[in-house]
Order: sequence, then C-alpha cells, then structure tokens
Amino acid sequence: MKFTYETKKDTRSGFGAGMEYLSQNNPKVVALCADLIGSLKLEAFIKNSPERFFQTGIAEANMIGISAGLAIGGYIPFATTFANFGTGRVYDQIRQSVAYSGKNVKICCSHAGLTLGEDGATHQILEDIGLMKMLPGMVVINPCDYNQTKAATIAIADYEGPVYLRFGRPVVPVFTPENQKFEIGKAIHLIEGSDVTILATGHLVWEAIQAAEILEEKGIKADVLNIHTIKPLDTAAILASISKTGCVVTAEEHQLNGGLGDSVAQYLSQNRPTIQEFVGVNDSFGESGKPADLMEKYGLNAAAIVEKSIKAISRK
Amino acid sequence: MQTQELKNVASQVRRDILRQVHACQSGHPGGSLGCTDLLVGLYFNSMKLAQDANGKVVFNMSGAHEDVFYLSNGHISPLLYSILARRGYFPVKELSTFRQLNSRLQGHPTPHEHLEGIRIASGSLGQGLSVSIGTAQAKKLSNDPSTVYCLMGDGEQNEGQVWEAAMYAPHHQVDNLIAFIDENGQQIDGPTEKVMSNRDLEAKYKAFGWNVLRMDGNNMDEVMTTLAHAKSLLGKGSPIMVLMKTEMGAGVDFMMGSHKWHGVAPNDQQLADALAQLNETLGDY
Ligand SMILES: Cc1ncc(C[n+]2csc(CCOP(=O)(O)OP(=O)(O)O)c2C)c(N)n1
Repeated sequence: MKFTYETKKDTRSGFGAGMEYLSQNNPKVVALCADLIGSLKLEAFIKNSPERFFQTGIAEANMIGISAGLAIGGYIPFATTFANFGTGRVYDQIRQSVAYSGKNVKICCSHAGLTLGEDGATHQILEDIGLMKMLPGMVVINPCDYNQTKAATIAIADYEGPVYLRFGRPVVPVFTPENQKFEIGKAIHLIEGSDVTILATGHLVWEAIQAAEILEEKGIKADVLNIHTIKPLDTAAILASISKTGCVVTAEEHQLNGGLGDSVAQYLSQNRPTIQEFVGVNDSFGESGKPADLMEKYGLNAAAIVEKSIKAISRK
Repeated sequence: MQTQELKNVASQVRRDILRQVHACQSGHPGGSLGCTDLLVGLYFNSMKLAQDANGKVVFNMSGAHEDVFYLSNGHISPLLYSILARRGYFPVKELSTFRQLNSRLQGHPTPHEHLEGIRIASGSLGQGLSVSIGTAQAKKLSNDPSTVYCLMGDGEQNEGQVWEAAMYAPHHQVDNLIAFIDENGQQIDGPTEKVMSNRDLEAKYKAFGWNVLRMDGNNMDEVMTTLAHAKSLLGKGSPIMVLMKTEMGAGVDFMMGSHKWHGVAPNDQQLADALAQLNETLGDY
C-alpha cells in the first residue's frame, strides 16, 4: 500500500478538533489548561462549553490535583499543557492523586519531543513516555497525525482510567484515514513485509513509511506497524510481525531510555529474543533549532530508520 | 554610568532583542523589552561584577564575592543575552546565533552550553527564586557580603513553588536578596487579572515577611533611585521584593498595551518600524 497525503497539520490541532467534538457529545468531559489555550487548540471547546473549561494559570501541580477532584465528582477531566510541564514537573501529583488513586484523568500534552524546535531543551521533554509508562495503570498514547490524534482524543473519553496522550507542535503529513476507529492498545499494520519489522510511534510513523519506501528500492521489504499505544503494548501484533521478519527496529521521538524501544525489548527478551535496533535520542538533551534540522542531527528520521534496518538485517 | 548613558545602552539592547527574535522568527520580545531598563540598571550600574586587572568582566560559576543575577522568567532570554554580550561576557556578534542549531544562545538560558554569565537553566517557570535564595544562603555561609538579584514574571507568580520560596526566605532571614516581579499585567492567555489574578502582591509578600518596594520599571531615573533604596535595606533581616510596573513591549509603540507580543517575532516591515523608534547607540552586531 502506498501512503500519500494532501495536507500537513499539527497533531495538537487534531487534539483541539477532538475536544471540540467532545464539547458537543460528552457532557461529562471538562478541560483544564495552564495558560496555554492557544497552543493546545482549546478555543473551540471553550467557545462551545465555557462552563466546562477551567483556566488554572501557570500552576500545573494544582491543575493535576483539581483534575483528580473533578474525576471523583464524576467528570472526565482533560488536563492540558506542554508535555514537560504536564508530566515531569508534576510527577508526584500524577503518581499519587491520579495513578495510585486510580482516577479517570486524561493528561493531554502538546509540544512533546524535539520538534517543538526553537524553545530548546527546557521545553523539549524526551522522557515523558518513560515517566508515564512506569506508573502502574497508566495508558500511554502517542498518535502519529492529525486524524489519529483527533480519534484518540475522542476514544480516551470513553475509556475509564488514567491516560497520558502525547502530541506535538509542528505540522506533519495527514495520512491516516479520516474517521478511522481508534482502538487503545491495538497496533495498526501499515505495510506488509518479511525482512525487518519497523515499530514506530508518533511523528516517527511517517518517517517509518518513508524508510520502508527507500528500503523497497533496495529490495528490502519492511513490515511497518504504527504503535500509537505504548502502554498497553500490542504484543500479539509485534510477535506476529517478528515471526515473519526475525528482526526489529523501533523508532520514536524520545530517549532510548524508557521509550517504546525499551518496552519492546523487555517483552521480546522474555518471550522471543530478537535482534533489535533503536532509533531515538541517545542519552542527551535536545537543543534549539528548526524541527527538521533537529531530527536530522539527533538521527530521528527516515534515513536513520533505513540505516538501522539494514544493520538489524545484517545481524540476523 | 549616568542615567543618559544607561538610556543609550537600553536603546541598543532593545534593538538587539528585536533583531535576535526577528532573525530566527521565534522568541519573546514583549517581556524582554519591558524588563530592559531594569537589567541595564543592574548590570551597567548597580551590580558589583568580577573583573580582571583591565576592568573586563570575568565569569566564575560560583559567583563568589560578586553580585549574582538569576532570570527566573527564562523566556525573556534575548534581553539577558544582549545584556551579557554588551557587558562583555561574550562576543556581541554571537547574538546572531540566537535559537539556531548548535548555538550557545539557547531558546531559554542554560549553562549546558557553557555560555558565560549563565549559572542555571530557566524556562520552566517558577524555579528561579528558590535558586536565588540558595545562592544567597551560600554567600552568607561563606561570609561573602555580595547580593543576589532575581527577576520573575507576574504570570509566573501563579506557580506554587514561588510561594514556597516566598515563605522560606523571610523565615531564614535571607536579607542579601533583592527580587523583582515584572508587573506588566500580561501572560500568554491574556491579562493576568483574567487568567489567574494575583490580587494584591504587595500585601501577599508583606504578609510573608518581605520588605516590599514599588517602582516604574520603564523609567530609568526611578529604576536607579529604587535600586539604591533597595540596596539600603540589605542586611536588615528581611528579603526585599521590588514590584515593578512595566509595559510589555516598552519602547516600540505597536508592541505595547497587550499580550500579543509575548512570544511573536516581528516580520521584516515590523522590524524596520520598530528599529526606527530606537537609536543605534552602540552599533548593531
Ligand atoms: C512551568 C511552565 N509552565 C508554562 C510555561 C509556558 N509559558 C511560557 S511564558 C508563560 C507566561 C508567563 O507569564 P509572565 O510570567 O507574566 O511573563 P510575560 O508574559 O509577562 O513575559 C507561559 C505560560 C512555562 N514556560 N513554564
């Protein structure tokens, strides 16, 4: 199957569109934001349901606690800010008041990863998937484009339990079908192949598709899966793919420590030890720059996936 | 430096801010322009900075036996970078690398790239006052009589950590600290009053045990007299807080009066219009 796109949009706008839908279709959903309404694309939600929106000011820890309280009262709070301030900054608040207490809070964060660009490392969290997946009971989702982010936003409202939804700032190709049903924890098989499995999440899914096309020109057939949910991991889909290919490359806009690759390696080492190569940030902070330049410098693009795929195959 | 000279420096610093932000089409001009007069007053007049035999500033991470400044609202980095460069910490032409790949002038200040003049990363708001207090206590422990300065935003006052620090400093009699709040009345989502009202900051800080002063932060004469007044209150058992009224975008008429220019870069025409309002006193980089 050939993947094409007509437009590029930011995944955070997909979140905003999902919230707009929820403002009209789920009266239990409430939204909170810590002085970043525009960045989180919440204008439509606020316009439709001003009484169900709470501005917290620049006070993320308070926002998480308020959300837990709203959840106890029967609402479905969507707590929103940039990914660094919504995870790392408030880790204990999430751990105690949300995860350990089992509250139905959706932590929804934009500007994850390097691609927020010029603001630099203070804002470019590359540890959030790890932080969140370590919390027992927390679902971790990193959708790949506008349509999928919108669908995931709508889907998590119907799921009972804490969720971390991670998305980004820049415009990226919109290539998943509009109105594709989003199933939490169910990987999406994108490209059929038998030489190497590529498991990608978030912005790296499009890069994985590009990589598969480059590999195909070299006579290598990649089996590509969109792992939009890092936790729970779709181990059945991963096993099925690896039984065909015998090697795997994971790709994510995140530290290698604690990311998707880690989860895959942990599972495979116990169940089916497999040759694995990793595309991700190798134990360093990010920096200011243009998104594409950063992805190039830190080896997070199609070229890097191609290189790691060839390496994985050579190790078989 | 005399007030007129300081005003000349401020004009050049405002040009530097606009040109940095324009070149990379990102960054935060509004708050930077508003706080320019304070930082010029501090770095070019009030602060005692370590210097070599020729009178050139030298950077020591420890800041021992010199005054130390921390920028807690790290997004106004183009202001701090211009000040540090113009004061001689690093080459002025390095300002052209602001927010570009491989630059030491990161979007938000950091010691990670070893930029002279920066001791702590900021950008995630609400952390600078705590760091300032720690350094002030280190000075006390080592009998170092110099002063620690800290600047925060008014939106930044929303953060709980600020109030943990506000409670701590008077309790521990950290009286070698002068902090400032940039009361421009704006934050990202709109006027601070509407987003999350600070209500009466003077009453709040007083109740926490601070010595509180007020000034017009865009009037250089008043900045100088208030800084002198604040210094006269050092060593008297209480930390000092200066509530500083400023105008976001001060110095550029079309950038003043709203939060619109918090984090937006001017285009070519807007840059030209803005620079036309500011004299090139020290030479552009
Ligand atoms: C912990 C944290 N939350 C959110 C942000 C995003 N942010 C950057 S600047 C800003 C507004 C700051 O307002 P203020 O302190 O008044 O500064 P001003 O807009 O006046 O420059 C926000 C919310 C941040 N940098 N850090």
